[in-house]
Amino acid sequence: MNIVVCIKQVPDTTEIKIDPVKNTLIRQGVPSIMNPFDKNALETALQLKDAYGGKIVVISMGPAQAKAVIREAISMGADEGYLVTDRAFGGSDTYATSYILSQAIEKLGPFDVILGGKQAIDGDTGQTAPSIAEHLGATRLTYVLDLKAEGDKVIARRQVEEGIEVIETKFPVLCTATKESNKPRYATVSRKLYSMRCEIPELTFQDFPDIDTSKIGLKGSPTKVKATFTPKRTVTGVKIEGHSPAQVASSLIEHLTEAKVL
Amino acid sequence: MSLLYTDEQKELIAMVREMAENEIKPYVQEADEKGECPRELFDWGFKMGLHMLEIPEEFGGTGLSYETTAMIFEELAKVDAGYAISFVTSFVALRNVILAGTLEQGKYFADVVKPGKFAAFALTEPNAGSDPGAMRATAVKDGDEYILNGNKTFITNGALASVMVGFFKTSPEKGNKGISAFIVDADAPGITIGKHENKMGLRLSNTTDVTFENVRVKETAMLGPEGSGFKLALNALNLSRAFVATMAVGIMQRALDESVKYAKERKQFGQPLIQFQMVQQMLADMAIKIEASRCLVNNTMKMMDQGSLVQKEGSITKTFVSDCAQEVTSNAVQIFGGYGYSKEYPVEKLMRDCKVFQIFEGANQVQRLTIANVLNKEYK
Amino acid sequence: MSFDMYKDVWVFIECFQGQPKSVGFELLGQGRKLADGLKQQLCAVVIGKNVDEAVEGSARYGADKVYVVKGDEYENYTADAYGHAFLELVKKYNPNTILVGATVNGRDLGSKLAVSLHTGLTADCTALSVEEETGNVVWERPAFGGNLYAQILCGETRPQMGTCRPGAFKKPDVTPDNKPVVIEEAIHTPKEEIRTKVIEFIKAAEDQGMSLAEAEVIVSGGRGMKNAENFAVLQELADVLGGTVGCSRAAVDAGWMPQTKQVGQTGSTVSPKIYFACGISGAVQHVAGMSESGAIVAINKDETAPIFEVADYCIVGDLFEVVPALVKELKAKNQG
Repeated sequence: MNIVVCIKQVPDTTEIKIDPVKNTLIRQGVPSIMNPFDKNALETALQLKDAYGGKIVVISMGPAQAKAVIREAISMGADEGYLVTDRAFGGSDTYATSYILSQAIEKLGPFDVILGGKQAIDGDTGQTAPSIAEHLGATRLTYVLDLKAEGDKVIARRQVEEGIEVIETKFPVLCTATKESNKPRYATVSRKLYSMRCEIPELTFQDFPDIDTSKIGLKGSPTKVKATFTPKRTVTGVKIEGHSPAQVASSLIEHLTEAKVL
Repeated sequence: MSLLYTDEQKELIAMVREMAENEIKPYVQEADEKGECPRELFDWGFKMGLHMLEIPEEFGGTGLSYETTAMIFEELAKVDAGYAISFVTSFVALRNVILAGTLEQGKYFADVVKPGKFAAFALTEPNAGSDPGAMRATAVKDGDEYILNGNKTFITNGALASVMVGFFKTSPEKGNKGISAFIVDADAPGITIGKHENKMGLRLSNTTDVTFENVRVKETAMLGPEGSGFKLALNALNLSRAFVATMAVGIMQRALDESVKYAKERKQFGQPLIQFQMVQQMLADMAIKIEASRCLVNNTMKMMDQGSLVQKEGSITKTFVSDCAQEVTSNAVQIFGGYGYSKEYPVEKLMRDCKVFQIFEGANQVQRLTIANVLNKEYK
Repeated sequence: MSFDMYKDVWVFIECFQGQPKSVGFELLGQGRKLADGLKQQLCAVVIGKNVDEAVEGSARYGADKVYVVKGDEYENYTADAYGHAFLELVKKYNPNTILVGATVNGRDLGSKLAVSLHTGLTADCTALSVEEETGNVVWERPAFGGNLYAQILCGETRPQMGTCRPGAFKKPDVTPDNKPVVIEEAIHTPKEEIRTKVIEFIKAAEDQGMSLAEAEVIVSGGRGMKNAENFAVLQELADVLGGTVGCSRAAVDAGWMPQTKQVGQTGSTVSPKIYFACGISGAVQHVAGMSESGAIVAINKDETAPIFEVADYCIVGDLFEVVPALVKELKAKNQG
């Protein structure tokens, strides 16, 4: 089984702090991690490989430091990894990103299974993986708990709000994984050593002679950021008072809503 | 942390920390209470390959240096030293088989351990602790076999081990020079595992008596030449002394981590404990002892990586570090006050865990004897 | 570029087994705002096997028009069938704006449509408005776990698309006399083009018992709870907020709650979006396990309790009065 897993390096959002004076995001010193859901996707791939054999390729789009998450994937058991990187790809929104990744998948493929996390914790859009499927014209199943092969058929369990759908489809298929899919394994010491010593090849703009330049980078992105701002946060405790419990309650709800936590 | 770590070392340490924090730490209190570590917890370590760290690649290991291996075990000991010592003991046994035995013996032992099995080192007897010459267990030749008899005690991994290195007198009259070492399968007929020792600390580590009653092994199971067992044991102890010292550093570091955190949170008389000079002095002294200990361990490891037997250095390291650990963990309990004496908080366990480091692998009094003996020779 | 040929604001009314999900109606409220801003019509899009309830609901919540695609092949959501039907509608009617609920299937469908139409899709919007001079929708959304918000425009392509999470907006007021134009389009998706088939459905168990670590809202109680039964009060608040109940060491020691629910140095360390500390004094050991929470609400009778030093919102009062009042207010808000 040939498997490709798309992974993303993200800032550990639980560690992100707001500069209380400038009211901006402090990125410095925030550790970068593999997007947790992508780790679940990788574990899904590893389980498929354990069951059916084959090869796992990981790809990530981003700057050179994103090689760290590719190495991490290799330390967990992925066979090889590629970094898709170029200034021309910078500023891509989910449309452009998914197009570029679909081009990389076509270049490295063919694959029986394409995997990714259900969403990335920095952007939280959940759009990139299904968009990749659309660019490739591939069958896609999001929020997949597990999948198995039965002949040329694929049986997957998919988590939806109301329960679990059991779905039958055929290879090739793109699936996204969620936290509930599995518990990602730890690396082994020997794979870790290998991952730190191996080469991570780069795929740059030049490696895609047929790419449609109207669909990449900032220019090829249909959405543009108009402005960013940080939500108001309470630094010191606010005293919630009122004449009756009901007043206190509604005052609290108002405060929580205003602070965008409700 | 005082050492200069390579990127590789940093990554390995971080990886072990993540596993130990997530998979081991939550269960340590319960396991400590019960005095038993569930097999599932050990499996996390085996899956990661913690039993084969320094073992050369030709024996299926990862071929790390002693230095890096020690860093990893220090990290593991921060979460639980009893857990760590289960792997350390196994590794020291395998390492010594590889050092003292033939290639076949090394491969045999490694093949047993590699899939996730423990090994043990059966040396100590009820009346032969710091003085192995007083050993009573015997190995009597019978054709192409030896028949083993004797009682071993305080055997780390006793009930967990699949294979052991056992020490027996082949020539009882010769004292230390009459001791030989054998590879013994733990399931060989005649071996009885005694009851698990109900210890003060290191309660995740399995410690039992092991009784040998007419246990037959092939003569090819003997490690090195007949009568070389004492030398093998000394070499093994040099190695394990350095490694128990690294675990004591881990225990101390945990004690400091917990103490500083608590001293910053806990308020008395309107200010955090860390603002009080007497607490500051305690914390600073703890840090001083830990840094010095870590550097000492690191240097000993580097010497071992260069092939030194570290007879004196291993003793110095183990003695200094384990003595420091008593003070550091005791002061951690002191800083926590009444809470420190409660099992709800982690520091009393650290104090219990580290006491044995002054006792095992040769009591610190015997270590000082060894050091003085070497000095005596060096200044001739 | 002129977008004159693109008209109307469309809202996808997602159904599950013929039952319309609330999020579709919530979006009709937002869609109305946008449609009015753009001086265009608000249209609901209903795809399914049984569509009656969704069509009725669309009328009730103010749609001017309802596009309906009916067929056996639409019984369950599949990207292929729903995508095909929706795209055919878009090709025929050229909507200006499409809103989709950010559900499991909504995110999937949205991505499929946006890529096929080569247009922009903004996920999880929390506020929508129209930029008057351009006719662009201003899509406002959180990023980095809510630490940052961004305003996104899709200025060069139409339709412009966005998703919004269920519950992000209230349902609009009911318009009982509204009689939308219902346009049923006979769009069928050939069987061989539907590559996925739902062969079984396993209904979710009622209570799956959320873990402390995963909960976005934790309602914790301490010594002030007085007994085990009183934790039911906190459970109610947790339920209405989709969270779970935790406790302090005091509550565990008293035998009111299991250790697995303990938050603190010797229990779990948690960082939910909202942490309620009810009748918890705020011992160091407890605070160490929850101080990283997004917003900390403390409810305690004792105004000198140290918990108020770490709380973002301090309520000095009786939790047995305040918590039920909160539940009542929140329920009213949710139904609003």
